[in-house]
Amino acid sequence: MPVTTSNEDPNRARRFREAALPLLDDVYTLARYLLRDASDADDAVQECYLRALKHFDSYRGPAMKPWLFAILRNVCRAEYARRASAPSTTLDDTPETAERAPMWHEDQQTPEAAVLKDRDAVTIRKLVDALAEPFKETFVLREINDLSYREIAEAVGAPVGTVMSRLARARAMLRSAWLAEQE
Amino acid sequence: MTCDEAEVLLNALIDGELDAGHAREVEQHVAGCARCTATLAAYRQMNQAVASAGLRYSAPASLRARIEASLPKELPSNVQPMPTRRGVLRGFAMGSAVSAIAATGLFAIVLRNDDQSRIEAEIVSAHLRSLQAGHLTDVISTDQHTVKPWFAGKLDVSPPVIDLTAQGFTLIGGRLDYVDARAIGAVVYKRRAHIINLFVAQTSNMLHRTAKTETIQGYNIRSWSDRGLNYWAISDLGADELAEFSEKFEAAAANNKEG
Repeated sequence: MPVTTSNEDPNRARRFREAALPLLDDVYTLARYLLRDASDADDAVQECYLRALKHFDSYRGPAMKPWLFAILRNVCRAEYARRASAPSTTLDDTPETAERAPMWHEDQQTPEAAVLKDRDAVTIRKLVDALAEPFKETFVLREINDLSYREIAEAVGAPVGTVMSRLARARAMLRSAWLAEQE
Repeated sequence: MTCDEAEVLLNALIDGELDAGHAREVEQHVAGCARCTATLAAYRQMNQAVASAGLRYSAPASLRARIEASLPKELPSNVQPMPTRRGVLRGFAMGSAVSAIAATGLFAIVLRNDDQSRIEAEIVSAHLRSLQAGHLTDVISTDQHTVKPWFAGKLDVSPPVIDLTAQGFTLIGGRLDYVDARAIGAVVYKRRAHIINLFVAQTSNMLHRTAKTETIQGYNIRSWSDRGLNYWAISDLGADELAEFSEKFEAAAANNKEG
């Protein structure tokens, strides 16, 4: 029933504020990782909130965060389209070969005994930022935005199984990069 | 369990997403497998490092101010209906022709059950729906002897309908709603301009469960169980006033056994 109910429901804008504004840092964080640019992230987050307000009547839960993230991703897609010169950063789930490749053979060369060295925050952020999409996005949603698998699935519009395989691959890639970085 | 399976399930294990049985299986496999032990240790270490590195960003104050300024006090009445979220998500799904079929089959059955949080999320949705025009009450009455009989025959339980007007919570009616794919009774109260939906559903557990408050999407939900019924009171009232509501309700229900 996506009809406007503003006349009958003057609390709508207030409810939106209370539900959405506390999540601003979360949305901004995801935008920074998806777009890797502070001013682009600013614009995307603002656009996200404008769209979210317009869509708020159609919002049916369950949770606000994945819903806002799904809108933000949509906004970011437009930004990727604008940055046609940087196709490697798109959120598309290509290359499919990457998705199909069995992730558990990925790091077979990883020495079993190799211990990860402690890294400082700047290095860790760089390593995370360097992950390929859609694995970075999944990793950020899980580790930094603290979403459950189901919430991630909802935000990215993919089955939970896909989320799990992306996350497994993201961690395997991060571990390899971490080891490579310390050599 | 093979290493292949274990390596994927390790992730669900450290994320706390595995049910107890599968968590045990993964742990058993890891205990006998040096490679998976090393992987698990590395992942836990990475988790720790990522968590303590403070990788979140804070939105700049200027952005916050801009967004707050752009939010109207009230939405203009000429806004067009927008595509539903479902539609939006379908768009994503079609754009991502991902083949993780093998994974899907395996993982659907091993994940921890999130029933409680899912039901609470549905309670919030039902509450939001009820606040839309014409959805709040199916029977409008401040008289508990009108509201209570109205539920008869519509539900498998008879929700206690208690007039709390004297205690500051005005009974305004009742409604049938749907939560967890079944009909549920909602008794509607009001305090000042704040609506309280009290959802009542049957449970096989006769134990009394003390009320606790959670906050979801800015709404307070206070839930308790008593004599075979689960209760969820939800409102945008402050947590203290909602607690007051549940206390008054429980006290009145105790004095009103046929409730």
